[in-house]
Amino acid sequence: MNRCNTNSVEQNFLLNANIQHQSTYDKVREEELRNGSHQQDDRYLQTVFIVPSMHCVSCITSIEKTLLQLPHVEKARANLSTRRVSVEWDTSKGNGLDIAASLEDLGFPHSLYIGDDLLSNTMLETGKQLLLSLAVAGFAAANIMLLSVSVWSGADAETARFFHLISGLIAVPAVAYAGRPFFKSALHALSAGRLNMDVPISLAVLLALAMSIFESIVGGGEAYFDAAVMLLFFLLIGRYLDHMMREKARSSVQSLVQLTAKGGAVVDENGSLFFVPQSEIIEGMILRVMAGERFPVDAMIIKGTTEIDRSFVTGESESVRATTGDRFEAGVLNLVGSVDVVATSDAENSFLSEIMKMMNAAENGRGQYVRVAERMASIYAPVVHLLALFTFIGWMVISNGDWKTSLYAAISVLIITCPCALGLAVPVVHVIGANRLFKAGILMRDGSAFERLAEIDTIGFDKTGTLTKGSPKIVQTWNLKEKDKGLLVALAAQSSHPLSRAINQQIAATSTVEIQNSQEIPGYGIEAKYKGKKIRLGIPQWVNEISGVKSKLNQQATTAFTMEGQQSIGFQMEDDLRDDVVETISHLKTKKLEIEMLSGDKTEAVAKLAATIGVKFYAGMKPKDKIDRLSELTNQGHKILMVGDGLNDAPALTAAHVSMAPSSASEIGRQAADFVFTRPSLLAIPFTHTIAKRTENLIRQNFGLAIAYNVIAVPLAMIGYVTPLVAALAMSASSIVVVANSMRLNFGEECFPNTDMTLIKEQG
Amino acid sequence: MNHLIILIPIALGLGLLGLAGFWWSLSSGQYDDLDGAAARILEEESDLDP
Repeated sequence: MNRCNTNSVEQNFLLNANIQHQSTYDKVREEELRNGSHQQDDRYLQTVFIVPSMHCVSCITSIEKTLLQLPHVEKARANLSTRRVSVEWDTSKGNGLDIAASLEDLGFPHSLYIGDDLLSNTMLETGKQLLLSLAVAGFAAANIMLLSVSVWSGADAETARFFHLISGLIAVPAVAYAGRPFFKSALHALSAGRLNMDVPISLAVLLALAMSIFESIVGGGEAYFDAAVMLLFFLLIGRYLDHMMREKARSSVQSLVQLTAKGGAVVDENGSLFFVPQSEIIEGMILRVMAGERFPVDAMIIKGTTEIDRSFVTGESESVRATTGDRFEAGVLNLVGSVDVVATSDAENSFLSEIMKMMNAAENGRGQYVRVAERMASIYAPVVHLLALFTFIGWMVISNGDWKTSLYAAISVLIITCPCALGLAVPVVHVIGANRLFKAGILMRDGSAFERLAEIDTIGFDKTGTLTKGSPKIVQTWNLKEKDKGLLVALAAQSSHPLSRAINQQIAATSTVEIQNSQEIPGYGIEAKYKGKKIRLGIPQWVNEISGVKSKLNQQATTAFTMEGQQSIGFQMEDDLRDDVVETISHLKTKKLEIEMLSGDKTEAVAKLAATIGVKFYAGMKPKDKIDRLSELTNQGHKILMVGDGLNDAPALTAAHVSMAPSSASEIGRQAADFVFTRPSLLAIPFTHTIAKRTENLIRQNFGLAIAYNVIAVPLAMIGYVTPLVAALAMSASSIVVVANSMRLNFGEECFPNTDMTLIKEQG
Repeated sequence: MNHLIILIPIALGLGLLGLAGFWWSLSSGQYDDLDGAAARILEEESDLDP
C-alpha cells in the first residue's frame, strides 16, 4: 500500500511558516495547543488533531505507531470516519508541539481540533440512543411476530392467549423504551399547541398496546402487539437514517482544515510573548502576527512591513503592501514578514464577528423554511385523527353503542394510516442521494438542502475562488530564454508570495544555481545576489531600476525578472478559470436557470470573465450588497442558489435559498454552505442539481405510493376488515415498496466526469 | 404444549443475548469509527491496540 504523502503546497507553506519561527514563538504555540486540549488529570492532556489527508490503513498505522514511539505519548488513536487523531500525553515529560511536529514529518497536515464538544457529544449520544432503540424494537418485533405467526396459523384459544400474554410482556417494555423519541416529540408538539406526525404515531401505538393488553387479559379477541412494535421499528429506521446522514455531513464539513486564527500571540511590556485565545483579545493589546498567520482581530500595524493577502475579505487575489499605520480586518493573511499590530477592536466587534452577525440575521430569515415531511404532516395528521374519530362515531351509531368494536375500528384506522411508508419516504431517498453525492466528492449539510435546491430558478456565482481558481497562472511571457529559467526558479523558490509560487510551479526548470542574500521587499518583490550581481523578481518598475537596457517591457506585463544590467523578462499573470466553467454554465443554462455573477472584484476583471462565459454581472460588491441583491431577487419571487467561497460570501451563502461552496473556501464559507464540493470541477453544481431534482421526484412518488396504499387500506379499516394479520402485511408491503422505489436513485445516467482525486487528496 | 414452556424461554433468551451483545458492542465504541474498522482489517499486524 502506498504511503500517503498528500499535503498540498499551500498547506505546507502555511504550516511550515507556522513552525519555522524562533523558540519564543514556539512557547506561544505550545500554550495554544495546551489551551485547546482537554485535561484528563493532573499530568495527562488529551489533544485532538484534525488530519484531513488521512485516508487509508497505512496512514492510520504509521500515525499511531510513530506517535506512540514518542516518550510522552500514552495513547494515540486515529479515527478514520471523522479524520481525527486523539492523543493522550504526559505534560511533565514532553511538549505537545513535538506531537504536532511528528505528524508534520509524516507528511500529514493537520490542525488542532477545538470542538464544541458538547454539541458533537449530544449528536453522538442521540445516534447511539436511536440505534439502541432500533435494536430493541427489532428484537421485540421479531419475537412477537414469531408468536403471532403461530397464532395466525391456527393455535387453539388457550395457546393463543398464552402467546398474547408473552407478546404483551415483550411489547410493553419495548414500546416504553423504543417509543421515547416519538412520545417526546409528540408531547413537545402538543404542548406547543400543534400537531405533528408523531402525535398520531404515539396515539396509535399506545392505544393499540392498551387495547391489546385489555384483550389478552380478559381473553379472546385479537391483539395488535406486533403492529404496534413493527410500526416503531420501521419508523426508527427512518429516524436513524436521517440522523446518520446529518451527523456524517456535519463531521465531514468540520474535518476540512481550519485556517482561521484561534487566538494571537500577545507582546507584553517586557517584550515576551504569550498566547491569548481569540475571545480574550481586547482593544489596545499588542499582538505579533507571523508570516503565514491570519489576523485574529481588526488591527493596525505598528512595527514592521509585510504583504497582506486580503482575498479572504475582498475576494481579490492580489496582495497588498502593508506597513506601519495600515489597518486590516480580522482574518486577513500575513504573507511575508512578522509584524507587531495593535488591536483596534475586541474579538466581539471585529470584522469577522460583524460577518457572523449578518449571517445569523440571514439564517433567521431562512429558518422559516418548512420541510416537505413537515408540510405533509401538517395536512396528514389532522386528517388521520378526524378519520379515526369519524370511524369511532360511525361504528357507535351502526352497532348501537358497542364501544369495543367501535374503538377497535378506530385503532385499526390509526394503525393502518400510520405512516411507516411516509416515515421512510423522505429519509431513505435523502440518504441514497447523499451517498451518491458523497461518492462524487460532494458533502451535504442537511436533508432539507435537497428540497430547497430542487426549487431554485436562479444561480448567483462569486468570482474569485469560485469561477476562478484564485491562484494566478502565467498567461504570457516576454524575453524568457531557456538559460534564465534556472535562476528565475531558484529566486522564486525563496518566496512564498502567490506570484512567486505560481512561477516556481509553472516554469518547468530544475535549478541548481545558488543564490545568496535573498530578501523579500514587501510590496515590490524579492531580491538576491547571484555571482555578485543583483537579481530581482517583482513589480516591473522596481525590477527595471536595475536592468541595463532601457526598458521596452510590454505594458501588459504584471511581473518582471532581471539580473543587474540585463534585459528584463516580463510575465503576464492571470487568475485561471476553474475546471469546466464554460461547460458548467452552458449546462446550467440548458436547465433554464438564470445566472448572475456577484463579485467583490474590480469591474474590468469581472466584465472580462462575464463576457467569456456569457452571464450577467455585478462588480465591486460588498457582503451587504450581495445580500441586498439576493433579497431583491427573492422579493421578485426567485429562489436562488448561491455559489461562493470567501468570507465575504458567507452572509450571502446563508441568505440565499440554498448554497454551495468549494472545499477550498474559507472555513466560515464552508460552514455557511449547504453543499461543499471537494473536487476542482464546477460540474458538481449541475450534478447536485440533477440529483436534487430526482430526489424530489422520488419523494413525490413515495408519497403517492403511500397515499395510494391508504386509499385502499383506510376504507377496509373503517369497515372493520383489518385484522392484525392484514395490518402487518400491509405495513411491511408498503414500506418495502417505498424503499425499493427509493433505490432507483442509485441508477441513472447523470454524468459526472470522473475527475481525478487530486483536490480530494489535497483537502482531505 | 409442554415443550413450549421450554422452547419459548430458550428462544427469547437467545434473542435477549443478541440484544445484550449489540448493546455491549455499541457502548464499547465499536460503532464510533466504521470506516476505520473496515480499513484496519487489512492491516497484517493485529496488535494495534495501544
